[in-house]
Amino acid sequence: MTEPLVRIEQARKSFNKVHALRSVNLSIYPGEVLFIIGPSGSGKSTLLRTINRLEMLDSGSVWFDGIDVMDHKTDIRHIREQIGMVFQAFHLYPHLRVLDNITLAPRVVKKVTAEQARLKAQQLLEKIHLPDKIHAWPEQLSGGQKQRVAIARALAMEPRLLLFDEPTSALDPEMVKEVLDVMLDLAREGMTMAVVSHEMGFAKAAAHRVIFMDEGEIVEEGSPDQIFNRPQNPRTEKFLQHVLH
Amino acid sequence: MGLEIDREPRVNIQVTDGVLLPEKSQPTLFNSWAIAFTLAVVLLVVLPIVRPDPYWNILVTFPAGILVTFQVTVSAIILATLIGIFVGIGQLSKRTFINRLATVYVEIIRGIPLLVQIFFLYFALGRFLRLQDFPAAVLSMAICYGAYMGEVFRAGIQAIPRGQMEAALSQGLSRGQALRLIILPQTVKIILPAIGNEFIALLKDSSLVSVVALTDLFRQARNYASVTFNYFDAYLMVSLVYLVFTLFLSRLVAFMEEKLKQHD
Ligand SMILES: Nc1ncnc2c1ncn2[C@@H]1O[C@H](COP(=O)(O)OP(=O)(O)O)[C@@H](O)[C@H]1O
Ligand SMILES: [Mg+2]
Repeated sequence: MTEPLVRIEQARKSFNKVHALRSVNLSIYPGEVLFIIGPSGSGKSTLLRTINRLEMLDSGSVWFDGIDVMDHKTDIRHIREQIGMVFQAFHLYPHLRVLDNITLAPRVVKKVTAEQARLKAQQLLEKIHLPDKIHAWPEQLSGGQKQRVAIARALAMEPRLLLFDEPTSALDPEMVKEVLDVMLDLAREGMTMAVVSHEMGFAKAAAHRVIFMDEGEIVEEGSPDQIFNRPQNPRTEKFLQHVLH
Repeated sequence: MGLEIDREPRVNIQVTDGVLLPEKSQPTLFNSWAIAFTLAVVLLVVLPIVRPDPYWNILVTFPAGILVTFQVTVSAIILATLIGIFVGIGQLSKRTFINRLATVYVEIIRGIPLLVQIFFLYFALGRFLRLQDFPAAVLSMAICYGAYMGEVFRAGIQAIPRGQMEAALSQGLSRGQALRLIILPQTVKIILPAIGNEFIALLKDSSLVSVVALTDLFRQARNYASVTFNYFDAYLMVSLVYLVFTLFLSRLVAFMEEKLKQHD
């Protein structure tokens, strides 16, 4: 059995009185596409954000590649540069052109030369089908284009894990597919991905495992077929009915 | 389904002591700015022509003082901006010591009248650092305005959506790198008009340093008055000159604000 890339044990986190995570255990394996569903406020974002320590846990632990993420002695920047994150609201750097959005972190964090970073950016823009937007400003892009550039920005660091937090929820319906297609390509190439989303089509096509969260807990997990077609827990069933109809 | 999208910043940070900023709704010819500006310019041109004595005689003593006023203002605003960056970041710092240092500095400065501060700083700097008049005056102004500039930067940094810092951190940047490369460049753009307003306020307040030593614009007027005893006319002319400068600059700031809005 291969070692998990991410191991989360007994993770607890609350904001004031609100329990965002109550005792979550989860492992993510290399090459796996993990799909996370659940109602709003169930702790999905918090779970993703603990993996790169954008949120600290109250108790419990997170391990990335065997390294204790929550330990203050850990060089968190070295962990974060190996984990790409794609946000619902894109968060492109509005004062930088597409090229600089993609090359900034490799140059600053990994000390890649400007020339190498540019070549890599060109490759990535080909990959996301936006080669002619290299000198565009973020504000000149559509939502779908912005999110694809955000994915390219994350890929530029050559991450070992990609976290997606509702990557298509802020998009107009006609732009969802272009983003999902890029994500499907990545899944086929064997990228390890944790995806919070409600795009069941993507899950059926690419996910190896689906987890359903509710009120800060993982209520049920299984293959896409198990979860979507034969959910065991009534809460899962109720949620799916709500989302699918 | 949990659509909590950060909205783009549409913040207009106004830390001003009320220079007349033209409003868009006002017709350009007869708005209050145009009336005041025209009046000042006309008086400044007509009075010396109609009555060269005393008005022309007063006016010709001004240029050297105007130069000093602008030298003090430009130097002080640059220094104050630098101080402001650190104070603004310090006020937002999670490190208690740095945070206290910055907030206490702002509290102290805001609680003392500017004229009193300038007297105190000017004499303190002269006595302990043996500074010359000009650097002492500039530093006094910069220390005062650094506090206000700190407030401008704090508000500007807070106006940047949190996701920007998170995106940068998630890529492995340090907090300092994220501030320098991602947050501050965006901050500067939105606070440029506020900095312009601080510049105008500083230009006016620089007249206070004439009390201690420098022969700036206001000191020239006072010198003229003390020799001729014609206080009214000397102060009238110097008022008009200040007014023309500040009104012109406020127009420039408003124009800059428009440009920045268009770019959004
Ligand atoms: N920064 C925060 N401050 C206060 N409460 C928060 C914060 N982040 C999340 N929460 C709360 O924690 C719970 C889980 O939130 P979240 O992880 O964002 O859920 P999801 O992504 O599934 O919608 C919610 O009740 C939310 O209001
Ligand atoms: Mg969420």
